[in-house]
Amino acid sequence: MPNTTDIGDFQTAQTLETFGFLPKMTQEEVYDQIAYIIAQGWTPAIEHEHPSRSFNHYWTMWKLPFFGETDLGTVVAELEACRRNYPDHHIRLLGYDNYTQSQGSAFVVYEGRV
Amino acid sequence: MAVKTYDAGVKEYRDMYWTPDYVPLDTDLLACFKCTGQPGVPREEVAAAVAAESSTGTWSTVWSELLTDLEYYKGRAYRIEDVPGDSESFYAFIAYPIDLFEEGSIVNVLTSLVGNVFGFKALKHLRLEDIRFPIAYIKTCGGPPAGIQVERDRLNKYGRPMLGATIKPKLGLSAKNYGRAVYECLRGGLDMTKDDENVNSQPFMRWRDRFEFVGEAIQKAQQETGERKGHYLNVTAPDPEQMYERAEFAKEVGSPILMHDFLTGGFTANTGLAKWCRENGMLLHIHRAMHAVIDRHPKHGIHFRVLAKCLRLSGGDHLHTGTVVGKLEGDRQSTLGFVDQLRESFVPEDRSRGVFFDQDWGSLPGVFAVASGGIHVWHMPALVTIFGDDSMLQFGGGTQGHPWGNAAGAAANRVALEASIKARNQGREIEKEARDILTEAARTSPELAIAMETWKEIKFEFETVDKLDVG
Repeated sequence: MPNTTDIGDFQTAQTLETFGFLPKMTQEEVYDQIAYIIAQGWTPAIEHEHPSRSFNHYWTMWKLPFFGETDLGTVVAELEACRRNYPDHHIRLLGYDNYTQSQGSAFVVYEGRV
Repeated sequence: MAVKTYDAGVKEYRDMYWTPDYVPLDTDLLACFKCTGQPGVPREEVAAAVAAESSTGTWSTVWSELLTDLEYYKGRAYRIEDVPGDSESFYAFIAYPIDLFEEGSIVNVLTSLVGNVFGFKALKHLRLEDIRFPIAYIKTCGGPPAGIQVERDRLNKYGRPMLGATIKPKLGLSAKNYGRAVYECLRGGLDMTKDDENVNSQPFMRWRDRFEFVGEAIQKAQQETGERKGHYLNVTAPDPEQMYERAEFAKEVGSPILMHDFLTGGFTANTGLAKWCRENGMLLHIHRAMHAVIDRHPKHGIHFRVLAKCLRLSGGDHLHTGTVVGKLEGDRQSTLGFVDQLRESFVPEDRSRGVFFDQDWGSLPGVFAVASGGIHVWHMPALVTIFGDDSMLQFGGGTQGHPWGNAAGAAANRVALEASIKARNQGREIEKEARDILTEAARTSPELAIAMETWKEIKFEFETVDKLDVG
């Protein structure tokens, strides 16, 4: 048994599902994940929502999913545009997989101010 | 049709049931048995006896056979193969016409195929290795109440395996203390927690009390983390009436998922519960107590791949499959063979994985493979590589044995998992680079650093995993 003084206090945090436990990704790391989504043949898409409503299944779509998009730069530019328009919203990137009819990937890229 | 006359007496089985020229129909149910006959009994006679005793035959001719067309209903032994490296046993392939079986009844299929025949004196041992279910039969089965994709959508879990833990100690906690252990795991970062299989409704913790406290634990963890959470409330009960009563209450307290032990509970109970779950929007986690009694002997019993196929048809959204790397070591190729049967829509014959038939699952939903037992953070990259995203990784001791407690243990596992997924998506070989990936992630997570230190003496096992990958 460790000494009480050696035990840390584990704080519960809003973690918002996949990658919520990792440090905020760098621009380059976000690029890698977009490249992965595209390499799987999935369609990148962006959604945003105010933190107070983020537990809902549906967040608001930013434009339509980017069907057929292979340029990482375009997806990153859309993430930035979404963030400029909704600076206080959570913004997540997802990859629609039309084979499983589900999402192959989804994670919050920017967290809005709570 | 030629006129038949009644000829009382005992005939050789092979006269009627050994048909090497038979070409199986797409609608036939096919089975592969590993047979070990008594000395001196010819292989064809053994194979024919198995076909007969698991379908229409009995030891003596009876007059009432002439009132039907047994040629239509009989099972046929149509092929015999050597077992590699074993001169004593052989594989017998048998085709059964679909009309021998009641629609949607795994109970009926097993009662025929693994019934009296397993006690047959002409056999020393008998093992059911594989079944090819015809798509026509699969279409009559309910299957998983939700399936992999629906579960992901309901719980908002994408792009990674889910994380869980069985609450320990497995027996003896009061309901309120038990709910505390659940809450700590869930707030720390696990997606779900699990009742141990032998937690039903004992004097120290009655089911209703457990469900109420666990329900509160789930709700609180969800509010605080912004993530969806669950706990497999075990509704395995002495009788079906109590099982359904517990299922109703689990739904009432707000858990998205229930749990059942499909072998000790039985296929009738399991299929009924799966149907109830489908009607009530609940997920169903399946434990497999008693499986090793049935599937462990290499020459007798039923291989687990058959039990896994039967469960996918009877209904379940998660099924335990072993971990390959943990305390319950299983063969990697064989495990991958039945993990495919749980998740894919078509699995081709592949003897190197123990798959004897092509299996078309049609549109039947997939089942999450559950890896549970003796695994910890160091195993994470290997587990992600072996099981992929559509799995449930359960760290019982590996969460609750953390020096800081359940929440920190949960966080350590979650950081290790997400670091592995992130690295995999970046194209890194995570099984080989496991140490680097985990060490990097631990720099920003003291919880992970301590977990790695705590379980570092299990390093030997970790290195064995590396060897497996090369082999």
